[in-house]
Amino acid sequence: MDLYSEIILDHYKNPHNYGKLDNPTISATEDNPLCGDDIQIDLKVENDKVTEVGFSGEGCAISQASTSMLSDKLIGMTLDEIKNFPNEEIYKMLGVQISPGRVKCALLGLVTAKKAAILSQIKK
Amino acid sequence: MILDTETIKKDFPILDQQINGKTLIYLDNGATTQKPKAVIEAITEYYETTNSNVHRGIHSLSEKATKMYEDSRKAVQKLINAKSDREIIFTKGTTEAINTVAYSWGEANIQEGDEIIVTILEHHSNLVPWQQLCKRKGAKLKTVPLKSDLSLDMEAYKFMLSEKTKLVSFTAISNLTGTILPIKEMTKLAHELGAKVLLDAAQMTGHMPTNVADIDCDFMAFSAHKMLGPTGLGVLYGKEELLEEMSPFQFGGSMVVTVGEQNAVWNDLPWKFEAGTPNIAGVIAFHKALDYLQKIGLDNIREHDKELLAYAKEKFSKYKAVKTYSPENPEIASAALSFTIKGVHPHDIASIFNEENVAIRSGQHCAEPLSKVLGVSATARMSFYLYNDKEDIDRAMEALEKTLEIFKIEN
Repeated sequence: MDLYSEIILDHYKNPHNYGKLDNPTISATEDNPLCGDDIQIDLKVENDKVTEVGFSGEGCAISQASTSMLSDKLIGMTLDEIKNFPNEEIYKMLGVQISPGRVKCALLGLVTAKKAAILSQIKK
Repeated sequence: MILDTETIKKDFPILDQQINGKTLIYLDNGATTQKPKAVIEAITEYYETTNSNVHRGIHSLSEKATKMYEDSRKAVQKLINAKSDREIIFTKGTTEAINTVAYSWGEANIQEGDEIIVTILEHHSNLVPWQQLCKRKGAKLKTVPLKSDLSLDMEAYKFMLSEKTKLVSFTAISNLTGTILPIKEMTKLAHELGAKVLLDAAQMTGHMPTNVADIDCDFMAFSAHKMLGPTGLGVLYGKEELLEEMSPFQFGGSMVVTVGEQNAVWNDLPWKFEAGTPNIAGVIAFHKALDYLQKIGLDNIREHDKELLAYAKEKFSKYKAVKTYSPENPEIASAALSFTIKGVHPHDIASIFNEENVAIRSGQHCAEPLSKVLGVSATARMSFYLYNDKEDIDRAMEALEKTLEIFKIEN
């Protein structure tokens, strides 16, 4: 199967929720220095629910597209739901076969979002 | 081409495989090279006919294995023109060779306030051991920068050298930009101020003739697997008088002549630094790799590298979106061509190349500080060797075209 499907390339070129939030409740960053990927996710949280998401940073098409797709899903989710978000959901959204070498790329956004959710709960 | 790659390719079984009807093109030789049949067969043959421990038994197998092991050491001595085989220590790779110097020589000779000089081109293996040594000792680590033409800033190097400099440790060839450093001149300048010199020759020994007597470096480290040999094997060369003074860094069997309940006496060089059962099969197979290189000729490999690099650079320069990171002067450029494509992450480049069955590397190539200086988070890298030819680069070009097409990059 083609790794670079139209939908992945579309999210890569026109990422959803891209940019930093002005007054985020919480921000988290993760990087993959050996690959040269880094991602920041800002969340605005009200009553334990995410109302706004902004992501920034740079990375490959897989990490950027998966984070863009995830960012749409995050809106309306509770922090606990984010913490329990299964990896399989990411693979399903990407809809292509992810080789072992690209797993880190595919999950970078989710790892960052989970970190933000945990930080937000600690902060409370 | 100066080398008959059609014949050479036949010696490398791994290259004879197809995926999706396309032959494998291997352009990741900076990471590790493929192995000729002679090397692979030497490993099997050793285990089938000679397997035993070296320097121990008096049975025939052990005697034979010991002779083959020591013959390989002599072949290494010849390859790099060392004075004596006592100066050739087998390690598990370049990294262990450098760490041996950091612990054995560094611990005894580096003091608070001393300075160690490296360059911005270093692979992590020739940077992190010195960072750690400097931290342990309260010494200072200095880094020679690059000039915009990707050559080393020799003026800065001269400026950094002083009586405080105790060691200069630098790569002969950058694994990212392929820059060849003026190693002889750098060594001479360091010696004038009484500093010792360690040369990281991992990218050099398989790509051009190496002569330690001429370079005059005090130590040199390199790996077998980057020059047709097996993985898990490297060499530390050191001037005999320095190695004699140094204490071993690893202790155990083989490196001792006599052991009491409380004390032990070290073995002679080079075995003093070879504790435990070594990679015997690897060392013996490495001899076959050296024979192969000698047959082809390292001078010829150097010319071959130059020809391939020039061809690849000319092809790549046609694309506006493509940027290459290689010195313009072919005399100081080795067998690597790192590149980026505007709008495409290097990981994605490598993935698409892989779909075309062209193996290249992407990332920071274990040279994170250099990537930062070049202003790139990562690069893609093609690196050549004796079995690559212009058709291989043409296949890389096709993969490049496909990358531009998938990512809809205008050119």
